[in-house]
Amino acid sequence: MTLGVERIPLARRDWFVRALQLGVILFFIGAWEGLGRAGVLDPFYYSRPSLFLPRIAEWFAPGSTAGDIWLDIRVTLTETVLGFVIGTLLGLIVGYAFARNRLLGLAFDPLLSMFNAIPRLVLAPVFILAFGIDLASKVALGVTLVFFIVFFATFAAVRDVDQTLVDNVRILGARRRDVTFEVLLPAAFSAIVASLRTSAGFAFAGAVVAEYIGSNAGLGRRIATAEAFFDSTGVFGGIVLIALLALLLDSLLQLAEGRSSRWKPRRER
Amino acid sequence: MPPSITLRGVSKVYRPPKKPPYLAIDGVDLDVDQGRFVSVVGPSGCGKSTILALVAGLITATSGTITIRDDPVRAVRTDVGFLFQRDALLPWRTVRENVSLALRFRGLGHREIADRVDPWLARVGLAPFADNFPHELSGGMRKRAQLAQSLVVDPSVLLMDEPFSALDVQTRNLMENELLELWGASGKTVLFITHDLEEAIALSDELVVMTAGPGRIKARYPVPLPRPRNVSEVRFAPGFVSLYERAWSDLRDEVLRSYERSLRSAS
Repeated sequence: MTLGVERIPLARRDWFVRALQLGVILFFIGAWEGLGRAGVLDPFYYSRPSLFLPRIAEWFAPGSTAGDIWLDIRVTLTETVLGFVIGTLLGLIVGYAFARNRLLGLAFDPLLSMFNAIPRLVLAPVFILAFGIDLASKVALGVTLVFFIVFFATFAAVRDVDQTLVDNVRILGARRRDVTFEVLLPAAFSAIVASLRTSAGFAFAGAVVAEYIGSNAGLGRRIATAEAFFDSTGVFGGIVLIALLALLLDSLLQLAEGRSSRWKPRRER
Repeated sequence: MPPSITLRGVSKVYRPPKKPPYLAIDGVDLDVDQGRFVSVVGPSGCGKSTILALVAGLITATSGTITIRDDPVRAVRTDVGFLFQRDALLPWRTVRENVSLALRFRGLGHREIADRVDPWLARVGLAPFADNFPHELSGGMRKRAQLAQSLVVDPSVLLMDEPFSALDVQTRNLMENELLELWGASGKTVLFITHDLEEAIALSDELVVMTAGPGRIKARYPVPLPRPRNVSEVRFAPGFVSLYERAWSDLRDEVLRSYERSLRSAS
């Protein structure tokens, strides 16, 4: 038998799958539009793609009356990045310390479990009261969301690190610092990278939700304003814009993740 | 020749949390002379790996003294090479970076490291794979990388803990021959742990048989086979079979005892 002349079934062909995916999206948008025009979905509540897509375009047009969209995007992304970075650093430091110091880990375990059991979004009002309606409260919410993901990932990775690797580098002459930087932290980074997309998504969600609850700028604020005027088109425009931005963020992170995991066997990526 | 490794009355008690403590090895006396290849065989759970970890200073003895070249073992010894049964290469480092580790920890410069690492990569046949990651290599290649990683600082003592037991038979024979070749004229002392009697005889100058746990030394046999040896042919040499039979009659009872004990503890 010769290789390469087999017929690949349609379901395994890349272009066919792509076309199918696009078809599903177009059908969904078309159905929304059609049902809206037919009066089945009341546009007052559910808007229509042909209404909110032009609205998004209008926001980006120079001199828009709805305020500077780039400012809103910038504010939301700044909050996301800050929440993500600070949350990751804190999670890494605390997770590492707890994994290395048994007593410390045991002492704080119940408290951390308690905090982790709180649905973090209910903390948003607390943070807004404490830190005001500006940047800080949004970052704080993002930090509490990201922290626990990174904390648990780091804690497990450092605690469960393969003892053979540690023994081996010690015999090769590693000092305590070398063990940390050559074995423990790379093991932790690997776990953090694996949870990178989840935690970045949480930081983004935290920023938007906190903006929605109380702020004077950002994409969440834009949705809240539209809602206050019963402007469902503005609400959906904001939601779609947020979804697109989240997708963009996710694909950037996917790229970064791929670059930093070349050393991993494929099935573990 | 002065002894390179000595163990005097060495015992080790493990105290696992929430389990009764148990005696892993009991009163082990052992001298390994400089430049000799000595293998320790015993049933699983007889504490033979414990001996190696004690010599390397990875764990501390409950009683007794251990010295390497007259220097008592008090902490992790960095003047020995240690080959683990499991993969010990850092998965996030390339082959070259892994082989360079010991030199980097000793603070050598880039130029100097390359000068010493490159010949070793060539010697174990990994030069074309220097920039690959461990998961991209076969099991035998990973073992070669580990050999190079340990030998790059030229330790006078090599401790090997069932290093080839995870390899298939053909690869294992290749690796055993390569090990003998590398060791050949090096004058290094090798303490080799295995549960495979054939492997132990084929490689060593001397054979040490352990009892089922707690491990004690049951018998010692010199291996009077000529060198250089080819491990896949030495099995047919006169003297191999008779030594195998004598050592196996010692080992068999211990293996059975160890097996019965594992059945009891499982039920």
